[in-house]
Amino acid sequence: MNRINYKHFKWLLSICLLLVSFQLRAAEEELNVQEVVFSHIQDAYTWHITEWGDHEISIPLPVIVKSQENGWHVFLSSRLHEGENYQGFSIAQEGDYAGKIVETLSSGEVVRPLDFSMTKNVCGLLLSCTLLSILILKTAQWYKKHPGKAPGGFFGLIEMVITYIYEDVIKKNVGESYRFFSPYLLTVFFFILINNLLGIIPIFPGGANLTGNITITMVLAVCTFIAVNVFGTKAYWKDIFWPNTPIYLKCPLPIMPFVEFFGVFTKPFALMIRLFANIMAGHTIILALTCLIFITASMGVIINYSMTVVSVVFCIFMNCLELFVACLQAYIFTLLSASYIGMARIKD
Amino acid sequence: MSLLTPDSGLLFWMILSFGIVLIILSKYGFPVIVKAIEDRKAFIEESLNTARQANEQLANIKEEGERIISEAKEKQNAILKEALKEKEHIIEEAHQKAAAETHRQMEEATRQIREEKEKAIREVRKEITDLSIAIAEKVMKEKINRDNSQEEIINKLLDEMSFNKS
Repeated sequence: MNRINYKHFKWLLSICLLLVSFQLRAAEEELNVQEVVFSHIQDAYTWHITEWGDHEISIPLPVIVKSQENGWHVFLSSRLHEGENYQGFSIAQEGDYAGKIVETLSSGEVVRPLDFSMTKNVCGLLLSCTLLSILILKTAQWYKKHPGKAPGGFFGLIEMVITYIYEDVIKKNVGESYRFFSPYLLTVFFFILINNLLGIIPIFPGGANLTGNITITMVLAVCTFIAVNVFGTKAYWKDIFWPNTPIYLKCPLPIMPFVEFFGVFTKPFALMIRLFANIMAGHTIILALTCLIFITASMGVIINYSMTVVSVVFCIFMNCLELFVACLQAYIFTLLSASYIGMARIKD
Repeated sequence: MSLLTPDSGLLFWMILSFGIVLIILSKYGFPVIVKAIEDRKAFIEESLNTARQANEQLANIKEEGERIISEAKEKQNAILKEALKEKEHIIEEAHQKAAAETHRQMEEATRQIREEKEKAIREVRKEITDLSIAIAEKVMKEKINRDNSQEEIINKLLDEMSFNKS
């Protein structure tokens, strides 16, 4: 009993110390919650790690832009720090292109150049893609080295996940041609999963909000769209343009064909929005809860302390939920993609 | 809102890297793993089937063995029975043979005895005849001598004869 009490006491003490340090730091300036949240959710040209006193610790990332006047430019984003101008390029502080690199032409006009910069998200993407490739290729290598054996440990976990997705999601939903689509669906599953999980990690190698970025989910949804419609069978297209409904629903006015045809685009669109919204919302909530501590800093010690406890508890809860959502959304995306493909592969 | 507008740079990088990952993994990653898993599964299933078959065979062999043992036992019983029968038969035969032999020997003995008896009788007769002739001779001789003594002699001789005969 005594030991447990002591342990509890230690925990309490460390939390109190943390609170004090937060208190000192937070009281210094007024906080713009929206800005904090958006800056964490959105892409950035530098990989911000932390601030140590007044000094900002961040990794400058390469900017690759094509000027409308004089071709390609490659330079580090540290040159654009705090709105500085470099060779006519600067990060817009406001307007339509807020937060993005804009080019000020010699005529004074501000335009958006062709921008292939290695932003935070691009770096996170490359990192996660490398990680994913290494992970899966290592697993494949293990199987090549140990033919006929069952892996244990980490490879065993991966095998379990692959078997589950392959047997219960792909085989069941895609139907006969599951072998052809399984690499794509498995790749999508692991890609979303690894990016979701890396997105939850708040410190440096993680934290890039990839699956909560509409560009990423759009590419994934377009891939599913292609997989569904390029490999769609005759029966699938017949069901779209001449569905099995009463004739008056399709003859003078093609109501049902229109609805069906519309559905072809809404399905991947829903996939895109679902993943994006789920992950982005989760991150927003966690960030907002964390900001709660700093918002209440100016409201007195008692409120600040109690809100801090509330915030930490909620953050723990939300992080657990996020962990669950990360797996769930990867599963749902794969499941729906598989069933859409399965629906497009019907034979009469 | 810029949250909902796709970014061209990220789009480019995403298509590039996701495409590369997809190509790499769908060539060297997942098919290898899935194939390995399926091969293993097939192997396990096959092994299980083999084991089941072996088990069945073993059970069959056991049954066969039991059948053979019971058959052997039956055979043994039959052989024993036969042997017993044979034994009894042999004994019976021996008995019969012995009985027949005894019978034959008895008969032989009786026959021999009879022959002996006949021979003896024949000899006795011959003796008697000889004796009678001798007696007759003697009588004839005595008659010439005296009558009284004749009778005496004859009686004496007869006594002798009956004594000899017995």
